[in-house]
Amino acid sequence: MAGFGGQGLMFLGKLTVQTMMDEGMHVTYFPSYGAEVRGGTANCHVIVSSDEIASPVVEMADTLVVMNQPSYERFKTRLSPDGALLANVSLIELTDPPPAEYILEIPATRIATDLGDVRCANMTMMGAYNQMRSFVPIEKLIEQMKRAFGEGKSAIWDLNAKALEVGRDLAREQLAASSQSSTT
Amino acid sequence: MSANKILMTGNEAIGEAAIRAGVDAYFGYPITPQNELTAYMSHRMLEEGRVFIQSESELAAINMVLGAAVSGKRAMTSSSSPGISLKQEGISYLAAMELPAVIANIVRGGPGLGNIAPAQSDYWQGTRGGGHGDYRTICLGPSTVQECVDLVYLAFDLSDKYRTPAVILADGRLGQMMEPVTFDHLGPPSPPEKPWALTGAKGREQQSIKSLFLDPDVLEELNLRLARTYEKIEQNEVRWDTLQMDDAEVCIVAYGTSARVSKEAMRRARDEGIKVGLIRPISLWPYPYEPIRQAAEKVQFFLVPEMSMGQMIEDVRLAVEGKRPVYHTGRVGGNVSNPKEILDAIRDCCEKV
Repeated sequence: MAGFGGQGLMFLGKLTVQTMMDEGMHVTYFPSYGAEVRGGTANCHVIVSSDEIASPVVEMADTLVVMNQPSYERFKTRLSPDGALLANVSLIELTDPPPAEYILEIPATRIATDLGDVRCANMTMMGAYNQMRSFVPIEKLIEQMKRAFGEGKSAIWDLNAKALEVGRDLAREQLAASSQSSTT
Repeated sequence: MSANKILMTGNEAIGEAAIRAGVDAYFGYPITPQNELTAYMSHRMLEEGRVFIQSESELAAINMVLGAAVSGKRAMTSSSSPGISLKQEGISYLAAMELPAVIANIVRGGPGLGNIAPAQSDYWQGTRGGGHGDYRTICLGPSTVQECVDLVYLAFDLSDKYRTPAVILADGRLGQMMEPVTFDHLGPPSPPEKPWALTGAKGREQQSIKSLFLDPDVLEELNLRLARTYEKIEQNEVRWDTLQMDDAEVCIVAYGTSARVSKEAMRRARDEGIKVGLIRPISLWPYPYEPIRQAAEKVQFFLVPEMSMGQMIEDVRLAVEGKRPVYHTGRVGGNVSNPKEILDAIRDCCEKV
């Protein structure tokens, strides 16, 4: 997962591992740190596994969530050819796309802006990501999101829940379309 | 999985474990990649009504630890490589004064100011004393965030028991990564009585603790007493883990993050039919020489993946005593081998033997 510092990718990574830990899975979260988070791109490696996790660093990703152009350029070569690319196409032009089983084009920044706050773009991606990987029912994800934000930010719960749902719906549509085109 | 698991970075987990172990005072000075530990302590210690001081320098921090330890309190500091170098004078004094203390080193690339990326290049410093004089420090090397918790808790007990400083040697990757941890199994802290502590001489004889002994016979007595302590530690406190050593023809010896990466390389090697086993030292000093010595009777060779140009490999060679080849592999300067690189090294070594 990668994006500009401030786009909430680290939060998204933590939300994923928290959610899947509670589902009984082994999880690791490994952030980029230090000078790198100022300017350029911030990224984190997330591993969810039914087995013990040896290394927390992802060599070849089965899912790549990218929020901006530099992240896309930097990490697209590390997507496994049978993996899934989830790209924030509001800010990314998918030039020379990597070989991938699925490419989900989520205009997360535009959707978030339309919903009323650009800061929920990450939750739009989270909704799509959760749908792509069939992690948990959306109700559970919304519960986890609320817990992660805490009572102090209950004012933004509904907005972020909505963002999760829109992301889920978009992913569902695009996945259905791609399975249709592959069967015909 | 238990319901009481929480997600924490290695840095935060070390801090919380210290609190569970009853640390009375934490003194630190910021440095990446261990900053989350100092930041965590800055609020948690105050919540617990204990002492937190962000000192003006590393030297100040370690000497504050010495001051707290001399009064019988459980004290801790943490830093990363260049900062730990600065603390070495104080650690030598702690050893000489037979004072318990826990020092966490979240190792980064060196030498010099190096960089902020993970490394294992402080192994010699952690296991050979680090400062001047004839002394050792207990040195524990976690490889998971949970083990950070367990070994910090243990470090306080061992340090008190043997009245010697204990070092936690974890690399920057462990400090930064998040994993589920539990604290449920840790009992309440049980520090021993410390009749030697300087608490004011009211109602008892005056006593002193110092590290200056101008008479060689007196200093020799201290050195011999320390040596006896170290011998006891070597007898009682060796810890290690093994994985698939029963049928192993190749033995990897690795600790910390290198051990994690090695496990994945090992799995892939076994898929190819190469019988690889792992010995993972947990206590880096005292070192688990014996299981490696035993392995030397049956494996063809040893491979030591390290995030250094080869430091722990010297301990492996001491254990193997020339009976089998011992090879090094690894990346340095803040880089970390991936499983494929270690797998390639296994294959290369198989060709050589």
